[in-house]
Amino acid sequence: MAISNIWVVVEPGTTGLSTTSLELLTNARTYGATVSAITWENGASFAAQAGEYGASTLFDVGSLGGALPGVPVASAIVALVASQGAPDAILIPTSYDGRDIAGRLSARLDRPVLTNVTGLSDDGGLVTEHPAFGGTQIVKAKFTGETPGIIVIRAKSFAAESAGGAAANVVSAPAGDTGATGTAKITTTHVEERTGPQLEEATIVVSGGRGLGEAANYVLISDTAKLLNGAAGASRAIVDAGWVPYSAQVGQTGKTVKPAVYIACGISGATQHMVGMKGSKNIVAINKDPEAPIFQMADFGIVGDVLKVLPELIAALKARG
Amino acid sequence: MNIVVCVKQIPDPAAPQSFDGSHNLNRSGKLILDEADTYGVEMALQLVDKAGSGEVTVVSMGSAADLAGVRNALAMGAAKAIMVSDDALRGTDALGTAKVLAEAIKRVNPDLVLCATESSDGYTGTTPVQVAELLGLPSITFAKSVTVDGSTVKVDRQTEAGYDEVTSPLPCLLTVTAGVVEPRYASFKGIMAAKSKPVEILSIGDLGLGAVTGPAGARQQIISVVAAESRAAGEKHVDEGNAAQEIITFLESIKVL
Repeated sequence: MAISNIWVVVEPGTTGLSTTSLELLTNARTYGATVSAITWENGASFAAQAGEYGASTLFDVGSLGGALPGVPVASAIVALVASQGAPDAILIPTSYDGRDIAGRLSARLDRPVLTNVTGLSDDGGLVTEHPAFGGTQIVKAKFTGETPGIIVIRAKSFAAESAGGAAANVVSAPAGDTGATGTAKITTTHVEERTGPQLEEATIVVSGGRGLGEAANYVLISDTAKLLNGAAGASRAIVDAGWVPYSAQVGQTGKTVKPAVYIACGISGATQHMVGMKGSKNIVAINKDPEAPIFQMADFGIVGDVLKVLPELIAALKARG
Repeated sequence: MNIVVCVKQIPDPAAPQSFDGSHNLNRSGKLILDEADTYGVEMALQLVDKAGSGEVTVVSMGSAADLAGVRNALAMGAAKAIMVSDDALRGTDALGTAKVLAEAIKRVNPDLVLCATESSDGYTGTTPVQVAELLGLPSITFAKSVTVDGSTVKVDRQTEAGYDEVTSPLPCLLTVTAGVVEPRYASFKGIMAAKSKPVEILSIGDLGLGAVTGPAGARQQIISVVAAESRAAGEKHVDEGNAAQEIITFLESIKVL
């Protein structure tokens, strides 16, 4: 069955649509299908960008009135499926809000959802790719029931490329009454001060793990990252331990990064972590244990104590000015 | 205040993992309580404590042959457990799991449902929100901090840029991130007490569910499992006092410095 219609949920980012949204639009237009996008809050302002990356129509849910996006956006999509007919697939970015939208939509439409997708292909219908066991194996899957298939795709799975398309046609797609489910409201938004680049956008990522010994030593990671004009990340172990916030976590349950160089400090290389950084162009590892799995994928490994190597590295980088 | 915590018994993540012949995760070994769930259990215990009344019920789905993980949650302080266990559940997807959990949760009629953001074995990460939708509840995911004030829950929710303060009336479903609270270790007394706490084992028939479960209910199919392209190990040097310089030289060679 040919793929004729794909909808892509595109999220407002800090400036314009989020990078992952543009990656999904770029991929969606490779199947020869009509691509429509769905967004919220200030849809008209994204029409040019959505069109440039391949969407002919941009459905705008409009202002959410402080509600978290999951419920109203899913509700609007359910209404669109009823009025426009079901597309072959709905692509959604893996993000805090994207996952909410996917879960709500799946339950409302009674359709299954495939998540953690890192690749898509057309084999008489969309075939999804999922990394398993730390990315050592790739699982390929497809939907067998009625459309639409709901597919949640991880960041950096595709490159975002402009198609030079004209602005998308903006069509209002209100959420309607969401009842009790829509009663969670944002009262205040806090933007955390960030000095360097974002974790997912940085050219250099310096990440710390259990080998740092204690929370106070994480400053070695943030200092090194700062000096390299990179971003600081973390393994799940130290996020679970409460040393650093969840937002810094790289791995299966955290962020996917693909920097020019990933510097893993005191990280053993659990499968959980590897899947989030194995796409890095270069990997540097510092670990006391010469048998740590991280060395199996490191381009450059130092068998040593991060508490000794990092202060020296910081001093050397400072000396370079 | 009555709270349900959804928990999952998973194969030890530190042990080698594999698929069985039907591409299901091999769960034949020992199962443990997913560490990601311990934050929800701890949070629930603290909230009930603060409220001064009520209890924590853990709800799970999976094999009832080994209940060590569920007993662990009871040993931490949960009052009772509901375990939905049925051979027909093998191969059930996230939405089918949500349907099962939602039916089980209805029996408790809680003020709050807590879940991890995702399990540490399957990682689908949509089941909690699917449960909320099936129960007709609001949800707040990725909670970094949780307080209950009367009939309102206030949450700091992780965002890309920082965090949002979000409020919702109860009942509500939350997913909590790791590190939100420090999970207690079960005391000896707790472990002994857990042995006699009630664990209700239900079949899907008991819940009035049928076709939603198993591979047919999943409406998705694994086509193949192939080895991913692997990275080759590169140079490995033992630090002899010049590691910092060696790293700088490497960074220069790949032109990031």
